Amino acid sequence: MTAVSEVELSRRGLLAGSAATAIVVAAPASDAAPLPQAPAPTSLPVSFEVNGKRRELSLDPRTTLLDALREHLQLTGTKKGCDHGQCGACTVMVDGVRINSCLTLAVMHQGDKITTIEGLGTPDKLHPMQAAFIKHDGYQCGYCTPGQICSAVAVLDEIKRGVPSHVQDDLTAKPRATNVEMRERMSGNICRCGAYSNIADAMADVAGENA
Amino acid sequence: MKFDTPATTNPIDRMTVVGRAHSRIDGPLKTTGGAAYAYEHPAEVADPAYGYVVGAGIAKGRIRSMNLDEAKAAPGVIAIVTAADAGKMGKGKFNTAKLIGGPDIDHYHQAIALVVAETFEQARAAAGLIRVDYTRSKGQFDLAAVADTAPLKGGEPGKPPEYRVGDFEQAFAAAPVKLDQRYTTPDHTHAMMEPFASIAAWNGDALTLWTSNQMVDWTRTDLATTLGIPKDKITLLSPYVGGGFGGKLFLRSDAVLAVLGARAAKRAVKVALQRPLMANNTTHRPATRQRIRIGATPDGTITAIAHESSSGDLPNGGPEAAVLQTQLLYAGANRLTAMRLAVLDLPEGNAMRAPGEAPGLMALEVAMDEMAETLKMDPIAFRVKNDTQVDPKTPTRRFSQRQLVRCLEEGAQRFGWSRRNATPAQVRDGRWLVGMGVASAFRNHMNMTSGARVRLGRDGVVTVETDMTDIGTGSYTIIAQTAAEMMGVPVDSVVVKLGSSAFPVSAGSGGQFGAANATAGVYAACVKLRQALATRLGYDPADLALADGKITSGGRSTSLEQAAAAGDLSAEDKIEFGDLDKTWQLSTFGAHFVEVGVDVYTGATRLRRMLAVCAAGRIINPTSARSQVIGAMTMGVGSALMEELAVDKRFGLFINHDLASYEVPVHADIPHQEVVFLDEVDDKANPMKAKGVGELGLCGVGAAVANAMYNATGVRLRDYPLTLDKHFERLPAVA
Amino acid sequence: MKAFTYERAKDAGAAARAVAGRPGAKFIAGGTNLLDLMKIEVETPTHLVDVQDLGFDTIVKTADGGLRIGALVTNTNLAADARVRRDYGVLTRAIVAGASGQLRNKASTAGNLLQRTRCPYFYDTNMACNKRRPGSGCAAIGGYSRQLGVIGVSTSCIATFPGDMAVAMRVLDAVVETVDATGARRAIPIADFHRLWGDRPDLDTVLKPGELITAVTLPRPIGGKHFYEKVRDRASYAYALVSVAAVIQPDGTGRVAFGGVAPRPWRVEAADALLPQGAAAVTARAFRGATPTEDNGFKLPLATRALASVIAQAKA
Repeated sequence: MTAVSEVELSRRGLLAGSAATAIVVAAPASDAAPLPQAPAPTSLPVSFEVNGKRRELSLDPRTTLLDALREHLQLTGTKKGCDHGQCGACTVMVDGVRINSCLTLAVMHQGDKITTIEGLGTPDKLHPMQAAFIKHDGYQCGYCTPGQICSAVAVLDEIKRGVPSHVQDDLTAKPRATNVEMRERMSGNICRCGAYSNIADAMADVAGENA
Repeated sequence: MKFDTPATTNPIDRMTVVGRAHSRIDGPLKTTGGAAYAYEHPAEVADPAYGYVVGAGIAKGRIRSMNLDEAKAAPGVIAIVTAADAGKMGKGKFNTAKLIGGPDIDHYHQAIALVVAETFEQARAAAGLIRVDYTRSKGQFDLAAVADTAPLKGGEPGKPPEYRVGDFEQAFAAAPVKLDQRYTTPDHTHAMMEPFASIAAWNGDALTLWTSNQMVDWTRTDLATTLGIPKDKITLLSPYVGGGFGGKLFLRSDAVLAVLGARAAKRAVKVALQRPLMANNTTHRPATRQRIRIGATPDGTITAIAHESSSGDLPNGGPEAAVLQTQLLYAGANRLTAMRLAVLDLPEGNAMRAPGEAPGLMALEVAMDEMAETLKMDPIAFRVKNDTQVDPKTPTRRFSQRQLVRCLEEGAQRFGWSRRNATPAQVRDGRWLVGMGVASAFRNHMNMTSGARVRLGRDGVVTVETDMTDIGTGSYTIIAQTAAEMMGVPVDSVVVKLGSSAFPVSAGSGGQFGAANATAGVYAACVKLRQALATRLGYDPADLALADGKITSGGRSTSLEQAAAAGDLSAEDKIEFGDLDKTWQLSTFGAHFVEVGVDVYTGATRLRRMLAVCAAGRIINPTSARSQVIGAMTMGVGSALMEELAVDKRFGLFINHDLASYEVPVHADIPHQEVVFLDEVDDKANPMKAKGVGELGLCGVGAAVANAMYNATGVRLRDYPLTLDKHFERLPAVA
Repeated sequence: MKAFTYERAKDAGAAARAVAGRPGAKFIAGGTNLLDLMKIEVETPTHLVDVQDLGFDTIVKTADGGLRIGALVTNTNLAADARVRRDYGVLTRAIVAGASGQLRNKASTAGNLLQRTRCPYFYDTNMACNKRRPGSGCAAIGGYSRQLGVIGVSTSCIATFPGDMAVAMRVLDAVVETVDATGARRAIPIADFHRLWGDRPDLDTVLKPGELITAVTLPRPIGGKHFYEKVRDRASYAYALVSVAAVIQPDGTGRVAFGGVAPRPWRVEAADALLPQGAAAVTARAFRGATPTEDNGFKLPLATRALASVIAQAKA
């Protein structure tokens, strides 16, 4: 593969980049053989608990948990940054475990208990992690912040439960809430404003209180 | 208020609120999910339709035909907008490429259609049913192929294409010690966390647009121009912006498509540009190819310095002004800077955080490190030796404040620079080769007209209204601090309303000009409000003191509530500037120090420590200013080590167009970061005596990392990003 | 995302039959890769069979002293299992080197084995891709291929298998257990599970339509020191440029597999035997016949150096 000639590329039907002009037809992306006609989307019922409140919805099965929260329940605190599991802005907790809500279908969460940023605290009654983010300026534009806070709360719980991480020297030891552990475990939450150091300080503050 | 003479003592100097650390007043909303970004207005827009953007599948050419039949017939589809049925469209002042493509296509993923449907899922599915036939034309996508032959281009209109002082060529030829090196920086994408997003709602011929944008008035004006809508019919709202970094300075396709979609659907439409479209649909920081030549005497005095850079853009675009700092940063009697601008058919290049200086200093500050080594000088001593307190081209023109030397020296002391081993590749910590690096930071301060309206209510609450935006910079808080200081009230007695075109036009957020200018505008309005209060109370305006909720003059004192009892008092003004910025050079300075470890096995580089020392005028809020700087340092690490839009030169696109394949730093990449602000008040800048820091924090970081890597390994890298594949085979043998 | 119908299967047989009986049907477990690709219509299933209720979510000891890992055990739970941490450290290390905490909480063992390539041309539906659309060509060849494969690739496709977990499973000689719509069970050695692309890069694995992964078994522990060395540009949340999974015994013998280089976790048993001779000997044998591109030729010397670091740690 060190060199594949233009001729060969062309023979293989690659879109011809070398020619001065070429006709390109956008076509279906994947299917080799035509698949059977897709059915018209019908709504499916689903019910789950969000922040302690039972919610009954009837949803297009394509609806992600993220869009169910944002567009159907008006819980817009959970953010859509990339919609592809590449940024962490959509992080929520499902049955106590943090996940990317953009990469899961709402209809797969029948009976689940979901906690979003709105369920952690309110401006009048902040969760300790929310208060610590304010105290340590653990955010700037604020868009990744709900996901960071949900992740931060979950990370401290994961450390407490002994979930291992990439930066652990001894896999059989119990992890501790060190700076390097928190930074590794938070790495699925991108902050382009670069508030990472302040987030680590906020988490250390909360971890210290709990210790 | 016209600011045309240096500021004297004013109420801000009391610094009872300004200059003190204050947590963000928008914090409780942002941390609880209550801050409503552009796509999030269910209360105001009850039943919106959803738009999904279709991007062009080629980089350059023509749409031969578009088949919308299947998409139109798809479930839930209300309307499809394309250039063909959008009517005549103009182009905004700030856009290079048109925002909606077709039939001609100017760049990859240029928006060619918006599908509007009842639900997001339906719009997305229908977008996949649009069939487009293109005729592809040949394009130029390879900067390297045209960089050296592209025409010269000046940084500003009316200026000669080359900047010259003395006779560079002669002096360089005669210099006993020389450096002549080439450096490259790649294309970068802003990758802000909130996608470009808009909701458009028509009410008759009046339009309301919620959009995520840094510059309310620019964008409102360009929207009016683009779609032929009277500007006064447009209300533009941008109260929270989920990051911009220059990407959201301008009107973009999401806003235009939302407006057109809402018109076609006869219903409010919301659009968020899909993440995989962002890198190619929107603007980016253009790649550069730079050449730096420095000549010096053996004692380290620079006698000749030249910085040339080539970049590319679409026709009628502009260059990445990577050479400009070299006109001002160091002394030297003979100087040359020049820029070449090639026409490339890649997406539009434009401003990204510290445009010009960010890539320019990534080259210049490595060149300075290399030159210091050639001279056998400490890189800090070499920089100090060539400090200048005047504009080298016009020596009568002084810097209003220039504390570069103090930044370097204080930073050296704090960072333990004396422990650095000047001979590279000597320090080892287990598998890590350890090195330290330094770079100067430099960024000019810009004056911008900025307005605000301030109202004192009967409850004693001060309300500030301005179209200024808060893109994470802390505008809400520093504006509240400014009004609190001026009106003598606590910050929690100030309400700040931002980002609405119904409010006075401000500087907006960009070019690190936002904080200083927007607060100066608030200062101006507060001065007027104070005068109005004095007039109402019959106090002598020359002898006013506002503190602790009271207004005092000539031994008389009234509470603000009492003063407002007869009715709200309101004042509007703007700060405007004379030519102090011509008499004086207004700039900000800093020094970046980093320590890196380079894995001797794999060549992977990881940061161990970072320090920035900044001198940037009065720091209005040390908390948010520090955050701006650490955030910029983080972005600097990205540009040093990983960020690169990969150009496919055959098809003319940035192929790594998502957040998995365009890597930006994550938590684990960033070590503890320290920031120091030197005491500085700049009375030539504005009444706040403040300048900006948001971009200064990025300037030079990449070079400091590069220099630290060289100190660690002895292998000099000049092509960013400095990924492991570029040097690991030159590290010590391990196998 | 194309419309699809959705059902939640009650048992494995029903799930397998539901998929086998419908062209275009797919299983969905964690969904973290499938939904990502469905959103950009790289994957276009017409029917999804949700397997979360099938109960394959435990890790049990096997009769011969190994472990049987249920197909639906999440990455997090697999990595956190005390027996895995103690006896199969390479597996825990590989899993926690991959993706993010959130993704590992959702991603399943079976799904991770089925993870599709991260080739950027596969992800851009305007680009030719034989994996996505057989016969359309390969835009990655001659394009940006820094992340792509150096061995086991073909003139049709130079993509890699991007995962980490499977690389560790390869050094552990794991076996993938499946059931099909007829109830027939198969035990597929992990070495045979992922295909080399040849002229059918659209087929990632040897699974037949409707064949459902039920478990992955690990043979009894083999002792030794366990390593997973992952080389990447950023420190976390990134795919491997090169990764090395290794188990090294006190006498310097051992096993090694490489990730990020090939259509499958890349292990050449004959190269394992050269471990006592050092990293260069191993990679020379393991990568014999490699066909890197101009962009990714560095992966070969990088693999050697990454393995050298593992050998050095094993000796320490």
